Amino acid sequence: MGVIASLAAGLLFGVGLILSGMVDPAKVQNFLDIAGTWDPSLAFVMAGAIGVAAPGFWLVRRRTVPLADSAFHVPPADAPIDRTLLIGAAIFGIGWGLAGFCPGPALVSLPLAAPGAVAFTAAMVAAIAAGVLLQQRK
Amino acid sequence: MTPTDFTPWASLAGGALIGTSAVLLLLVTGRIAGISGIVRRLFPPYGATAPVEAGTFLIGLFAAPAVWTFVSGEAVHQTVTGSLSLAVVAGLLVGAGVFAARGCTSGHGVCGLARLSRRSIAATAIFMATAVATVYVARHVVGG
Repeated sequence: MGVIASLAAGLLFGVGLILSGMVDPAKVQNFLDIAGTWDPSLAFVMAGAIGVAAPGFWLVRRRTVPLADSAFHVPPADAPIDRTLLIGAAIFGIGWGLAGFCPGPALVSLPLAAPGAVAFTAAMVAAIAAGVLLQQRK
Repeated sequence: MTPTDFTPWASLAGGALIGTSAVLLLLVTGRIAGISGIVRRLFPPYGATAPVEAGTFLIGLFAAPAVWTFVSGEAVHQTVTGSLSLAVVAGLLVGAGVFAARGCTSGHGVCGLARLSRRSIAATAIFMATAVATVYVARHVVGG
């Protein structure tokens, strides 16, 4: 059941990214370009997503366990903010602005095979894998 | 720069699908629909990380363009510009950044904000700010 739900969730997520315009880096960069050719559409993506997720999460968390697992795997909402989080978020934003891709749209773009998207995604996955490896060495 | 069409309704509906996906994943598997976390779970060590579920989610993502084109009859609209070397640099920055921050636009920006996580609110404020600043510098300072 967890596998089928994951497949359905991945498909829904991907179609949502396409319908919303998030897979178009030109649209993402225009959303970020407040001083230029600003396209506020992506604020509506966040509003739509949070508008569904906020009440949905609240309802789900009234359960003690999820349907196909013995516990929720969710970090506490009041976990401390550390320097790694802040620096990581800052670096992520720079890369997002440079390319107009964040991880979800980059992965959805892989089958479309635009060279820039493939190069971006390969580098992104390699960096995440390098992070995992470095962490294990410690 | 080339303007893009303002699409409030399509974007709102697409966002609602993303939110529905996140609720479904939490309800069934008990996990956050954060794309960077899902990629991270593909790599060992595999404890309670459910790598098969993470891989299946990604298969669903990869199937999305084909399903979209089949259902809507339209190609996926995408304009990818810029050099390959810029794409690689940006990809490395995004990968390193989301690894350190333990989340990206989906895990922090959507799921984290929806559950009022302090870390996610801080992360989202910062990556939005540096992304806006980067586009400003690239388009209006360097590129202007």
